Amino acid sequence: MSDVSDLYQEVILDHNKQPRNKRDVEPHSHEADGYNPLCGDKVTIQVRVQDGVIDDVAFKGDGCAISTASASIMTESLRGLTLEQARDFFHRFHHLVTTDDVQPDSDMGKVAVLAGVRDYPMRVKCATLAWHTLEAALEGQEEISTE
Amino acid sequence: MSAVSPFQETTDKPLDAEALKRDFPILQQPMSGKPLAFLDSAASAQTPERVIEAEARVYREYYANIHRGVYKLSQQATQAYEGVRAKVRDLINAPDEREIVYVRGTTEAINLVAHSFVRPRLQAGDEILITEMEHHSNIVPWQVLAEETGAHLVVVPIDDNGEIDPADFSARISERTKFASVVHVSNVLGTINPVEDLTRRAHERGVPILVDGAQAVPHRPVDVQAIGCDFYCFSAHKVYGPSGIGALWGRYELLADMPPYQSGGDMIRYVTLAKTEYAKPPQRFEAGTPNIAGVIAMGEGIDYLREVGPAAVARHEQALLAYANERLSQIEGLRIIGNAENKAGVISFVIDGAHPHDMGTIMDQEGVAIRAGHHCAQPVMDHFGLAATARASFGLYNTEADVDALVRGIDKVKELFG
Repeated sequence: MSDVSDLYQEVILDHNKQPRNKRDVEPHSHEADGYNPLCGDKVTIQVRVQDGVIDDVAFKGDGCAISTASASIMTESLRGLTLEQARDFFHRFHHLVTTDDVQPDSDMGKVAVLAGVRDYPMRVKCATLAWHTLEAALEGQEEISTE
Repeated sequence: MSAVSPFQETTDKPLDAEALKRDFPILQQPMSGKPLAFLDSAASAQTPERVIEAEARVYREYYANIHRGVYKLSQQATQAYEGVRAKVRDLINAPDEREIVYVRGTTEAINLVAHSFVRPRLQAGDEILITEMEHHSNIVPWQVLAEETGAHLVVVPIDDNGEIDPADFSARISERTKFASVVHVSNVLGTINPVEDLTRRAHERGVPILVDGAQAVPHRPVDVQAIGCDFYCFSAHKVYGPSGIGALWGRYELLADMPPYQSGGDMIRYVTLAKTEYAKPPQRFEAGTPNIAGVIAMGEGIDYLREVGPAAVARHEQALLAYANERLSQIEGLRIIGNAENKAGVISFVIDGAHPHDMGTIMDQEGVAIRAGHHCAQPVMDHFGLAATARASFGLYNTEADVDALVRGIDKVKELFG
């Protein structure tokens, strides 16, 4: 097992303390609520898609440092991507946080700091909650649960 | 009926937790390279070697199905299985071992009472009384029952210390109240409820009452005759026994009147294809081949607890709680949730800027096992406006060194999140 500071890197602590894009998106075209019944964490994701591109995305909710930082970093990473690119990004992120020895792609930026969560299987759902919720929002589901 | 509890302890000698810890093989192994400080006994206690051995011996030496064979193995297994009823009876000072029903745990016990005792008495508009500090296992069965019958759930609120007001409990009993179900000791707040007083108040109005003893039996002497309640239940896995087994105690005359909970083999007196005559309690409620080795191991866990002495355990855990309170209350930004005057060895807390799940992960790296989450008591979390808390809880094997490890873990959390 790696040292706990590999999980709680500076970038994660920073995004937890000062989350980016923790707000409403007005007007928004898509919205969904995510819930992790294991820990009670809740997140709401709002997105505005214009001409097939994510024009704005933001989140609200309360959760642990991993889920808050992941939501915050996600909102920074996905703006300006097409829906197809965002979906592809999500799948690569999911692979990164669940598979040993996978290296982050060069375009993944800050998202790479979340890779440490794969050494803590109980916490992977914390890291993926916002992403699953975003996917649900884009697919028109209003509510998802990590169960 | 005996008025004197048979387990009354004659000594006030303190227990030697350091020595008791050596009875538990799992506690000898390091965790993340550090000595394991196991502070989650409220979720499930660890198991001493002699209980593990007792369960293994069943399969090695005398396993056979019970109540059936005429051969020696079956007789021996049946005797050992049935013999545990007297151990449960003595542990909680029940009057009669025929009143001890083996169940999968506290949850099943409550479901059994809901289904077989309360449901037949319930009509639309009737009420069931619980408290705001119940575990989900003492909320959901009643919600389901209410939904099915058109009855209502009435909830006695807690105050900000985590206590209920007994007068308020009385005030919420109406002509329509058909049953009350209350927790003896809260798994989140540690509050020890005045269950004798609550039982008296329920009975004054003719309302039968169940007391959920899951967090009480492992930690203090329990005397169901002194409490005066109608049903009492607990789980073996919190009493240093195996998981998946527990006991329900109910007054015999009530059990005798109740229909079965499940039906099948071993709960019948006589079966024809037209009609079945049910066995008497407790067999009526034990359909199918039960957890034979689990029951026998539960008995061994009870023997272990009684030899250490529930009163000595209570004193030991009180001292640990006082020590933990003193250490934790000096930590800036830490808030203890649940400050009842009468409190067991459970301490829930939150720290400014640190989510309980992060605390749990960081402490795990320090060899400290705590619970983080809603503790299957979301209404309690809602009362305090929290999604989750961290919780340390004690067993007879915990020492001040475990509390010191907890404090070191909290320091580490504050280093990262402060």
